[in-house]
Amino acid sequence: MESRLQVATALHRITFRCAIGTPNVSEVLPVKLASRRMIAVISVAALVASACSSNATPAPSSGGGGAQTAIEVVSWWTTGGEASGFNAIIDKFNADNPTLKVTNSAIAGGAGSNAQAALQNRVLAGTPPDSFQVHMGHELLDTYVTPGYMDNLDDLYAANGWTTQFPKGVLDIVSAKDAAGTTHYYSVPLDIHRANVIWYNKTVFTANNLTAPTTWDQFFTVADALKAKGITPLAVGDNGIWANGMLLESILIGALGADGYNGLWTGKTDWAGANVTAALTTYQKVLTYVNTDHSSLSWDQAADYLIPASAGAQPKAAMTLMGDWAAGEFDNKKFADYGWVAAPGNDKIYDALADSFGLPSKATNKDGIKKFLTLLGSAAGQDLFNPYKGSIPANSTAGAPPTGAKQYSTYQTWAMAEWKADAIVPSVEHGAAAAPKWKGAFEAAVTVFVATPDVATLQTSLVQACKDAGVCK
Amino acid sequence: MRLTRDRVISLLVIAPSILAVAVFVYGLIIWTGYISTVKWDTLRPDYTPVGLGNYASIFANNRFLIDIRNTVVFTICFIAASLTIGLLLANMIDRRIRGEGIFRSIIVFPMAVSFIVTGVVWKWILSPGQDAAHPQGINQLFGLDPTRNRWLTDAHVVYIGPDSPVYQVLHSIGLGFLTSPNIGVPIAMLSIVLAAVWQMSGFVMILYLAGLRAIPEDLKEAARVDGASEFRIFRHVVFPLLTPITLSAMIILGHISLKIYDLTVAMSMSGPGFATDTPALFMWQTTFRDGLFGRGAAVAIIMLALVAIVVVPYLIWNRRQEVEA
Amino acid sequence: MSSAAVVVTSEEDLARDRIRSDRPGSRGAHSRGLRANISRWVLYLLLFLFAAWYLAPIYILLVTSLKGSSEITLDKMWALPTSFDLGSFAAAWKALSPNFINSLLLAIPAAVISSILGSVNGYVLAKWKFRGSELVFTLILFGMFIPYQAILIPLTQVMSDIGLYGSLQGLILVHVIYGIPITTLIFRNYYAAIPTELLEAAKVDGAGFFRIYRSILLPLSASGFVVVLIWQFNSVWNDFLFAVTLIPNQVNWPVTVALNNLSGSFVATWNVQMAGALIAATPTLLIFIILGRYFIRGLLAGSLKG
Repeated sequence: MESRLQVATALHRITFRCAIGTPNVSEVLPVKLASRRMIAVISVAALVASACSSNATPAPSSGGGGAQTAIEVVSWWTTGGEASGFNAIIDKFNADNPTLKVTNSAIAGGAGSNAQAALQNRVLAGTPPDSFQVHMGHELLDTYVTPGYMDNLDDLYAANGWTTQFPKGVLDIVSAKDAAGTTHYYSVPLDIHRANVIWYNKTVFTANNLTAPTTWDQFFTVADALKAKGITPLAVGDNGIWANGMLLESILIGALGADGYNGLWTGKTDWAGANVTAALTTYQKVLTYVNTDHSSLSWDQAADYLIPASAGAQPKAAMTLMGDWAAGEFDNKKFADYGWVAAPGNDKIYDALADSFGLPSKATNKDGIKKFLTLLGSAAGQDLFNPYKGSIPANSTAGAPPTGAKQYSTYQTWAMAEWKADAIVPSVEHGAAAAPKWKGAFEAAVTVFVATPDVATLQTSLVQACKDAGVCK
Repeated sequence: MRLTRDRVISLLVIAPSILAVAVFVYGLIIWTGYISTVKWDTLRPDYTPVGLGNYASIFANNRFLIDIRNTVVFTICFIAASLTIGLLLANMIDRRIRGEGIFRSIIVFPMAVSFIVTGVVWKWILSPGQDAAHPQGINQLFGLDPTRNRWLTDAHVVYIGPDSPVYQVLHSIGLGFLTSPNIGVPIAMLSIVLAAVWQMSGFVMILYLAGLRAIPEDLKEAARVDGASEFRIFRHVVFPLLTPITLSAMIILGHISLKIYDLTVAMSMSGPGFATDTPALFMWQTTFRDGLFGRGAAVAIIMLALVAIVVVPYLIWNRRQEVEA
Repeated sequence: MSSAAVVVTSEEDLARDRIRSDRPGSRGAHSRGLRANISRWVLYLLLFLFAAWYLAPIYILLVTSLKGSSEITLDKMWALPTSFDLGSFAAAWKALSPNFINSLLLAIPAAVISSILGSVNGYVLAKWKFRGSELVFTLILFGMFIPYQAILIPLTQVMSDIGLYGSLQGLILVHVIYGIPITTLIFRNYYAAIPTELLEAAKVDGAGFFRIYRSILLPLSASGFVVVLIWQFNSVWNDFLFAVTLIPNQVNWPVTVALNNLSGSFVATWNVQMAGALIAATPTLLIFIILGRYFIRGLLAGSLKG
């Protein structure tokens, strides 16, 4: 007994000073040798295979070696209608231009956040793709143009007459003035989405004798009626906080009007003003009509709350405020009973965002890229892409795809009519109105407000954000 | 030390690794440290020195202070829960049960899944549902009320609020800052802890199982003969012998928790009121979304400092142990 | 070969049984009385509950991936699918298969190379100590703890300077380098337990650095290699951050990044995503199920420091 204890304690001392136990030869020898050899063989083979098959960074080639020049375009359109549409445009371009070959290099993730990080790394390293998707407006201008990474597209705009074909509101957003005050254009908007739309379940509204609200007071009346029936008035999915930020954006537009809202981003409108305070107070009240589980839902899961679980059942929510890609979500879920209206107070104001493409200065195939950009901005190209995407063409001469091609939906036709008539304002949540760091500060303020709705704190944060962005004094 | 041929060979063998670590770890850290002291706030590198300006603006940003709070809460809860569950499971598995192999495999396999996939699935499970009539996920499974069990969507932070007696006391002795929400427990973070413990407790169990099995039965026997109960044996014989494992596990879990990124991004990004925000996410957004490279580098350096505070004492202790052995 | 393993297993269990059964009153449940019986049942109940907790997310993954698109709503997440629809698996596989191969071409070499490197490093640091070798080891170990976000930007620049940005080899190199700390740690502790007398005897016989490694240490390293290979394969296979930062071209992506792409920018097809997640997790899951016992035995045999 004693010696066993001694052995045991000695063993234990070795054990816990150095390692747990000792390697036991008899335990595993025959089996492991064979499999180790196998693993070594496999790995050498794999290494050789990987050396042969992997490609290095595709530097923009200049036609050497093959008959085709490769043009690499980076986007975040990986699935769904947008990918179908973009690939359709690319196929058409490749067919029309046999010496050029455009490829869609797509990275998904949070409406582009992973793509943006990878893209910025490439731009920093000096090997940008030939073109890339970026939101029109300040997201492009402040991130890539101001530091000098993009060529301007003035010649393209002049040659294609886009200065008359695109509405002035869009031209303002895609352009920047240089030190001398000359306007330069930096990207071609491919699609126009509208952010300030309220979608609603038509059956619920007719069943309760409600009409879609056009002012926020009407909204509150409608909302109270819905609440009484046990239906959430407004479904919000702010797992991505931008969805809730869009709500604030629409309320600001409604309260300040197009000029007032524009002034927020140029320094003309005072963030500390009383009209902004009123808007924020409205926002605070609206949030009391929102579903309690908003922070666990994505925007599409919230939109799905409008869809009744079965025919005749009551849906969980009656309205949602979202950009017009919500229509695509409803169509995807085979739900047709939806109506739409401009957000309260937003009538005749088009809160626009667009995906656009520009020309990096370090790209090598500039002529080829410009040809592709020309197709993207042309009426033909835009009519090919937008029916799939669910958006509308920026080019006002577009709007009539050839027969046999995919046509525009009812919503899109309505939106195109509005586009021609409305005042156009840039969306902040989608990169048009403000630089990314300002939008980040805006979203941080919204995040805090949604958890603790204090109007004074929100207003102070928004004032500070404007100052930090260098626009307000 | 004679420079025999073998000695030279041994130094040559380890030299590439030393060089690689020197460049790719320390070299890059130094570079990041340098970047944290320059202005660089657009995509075009700008090396204008700003001293500690970046650090000042980070500490002035309430979101960052919230991140520190979240990290502390997450680390403590994650480590405590993983160690407890791991030890409990190891004890249970060690008892000559039938189907031990199957149970072991089930408990360990969550390690094989990536944090991103874990995050997506647990996000689903922990979404509370809209109201009492429509529970989802875990609320649905256990019949809990979504309006009171908000899991991932819970914006509450448990802290010493104005209506508690402690509040007055603390304020009167000048420790009022302890009553701010930045010193509290964000409930939503506990959901993240749940998912993380799910993933890593199997690993802790394995470590403890190995440790338990290496404890000679005779030690326990001797205590039993002396009349000790099983519980006292565990407390006074077994548990102290497991201390090295506990420390190893704490270090490994600790460094995972300080760097946690994939899991929170997949589950809830910043969360309601930044309840599940982490320094890693803050660094990512500051650098790649806002384009503030200098500030992002400063956040990275701070993260590194936090890790160092925890790890360096352990490494020093470790070295001292080895010297004694 | 397999019979040897079987024999070993039962020997180990027999030995354990022998030690355990020497304890009075451990001869089986029947002789232990009612209280012991109940506590046995409680034990199994607890284990089952824990097992259910561990299996619940896998259940959701499986069940969701077998549902059709219209069936997937959050309040029916626990419901079984109304029909077995393997379509999402087909769609996910179609999208992921080239990247799946990339992941294999990435993880296997990376795991093997970093284990070999860890092994020789551990050998040097455990058995050929020099002045400052402990400090070197500590400094290498600290490399394990750095948050990778901290070095992302300069890493991209370094990689593109040496021309490896965007290639699988570059990613392999990165994983090997950042795997050096953990693999060295595991092997060093493993080798530290091997008595130095063995090496002294070999040196007296005239064996040199490599001869000692090959004939004494390597045969004993089996469990260590198992642990390191499995651990490294797992962590390289599941890495997302390095892959998405260092590889811009979709063709070269590992499966983790491609899986992320299944999520799309606005519309989420959950069944395809979850099917994709299962497909992407299959190799690591298989390794843990099949080789898990060796992984555990490797840890039991002293691969992780106490």
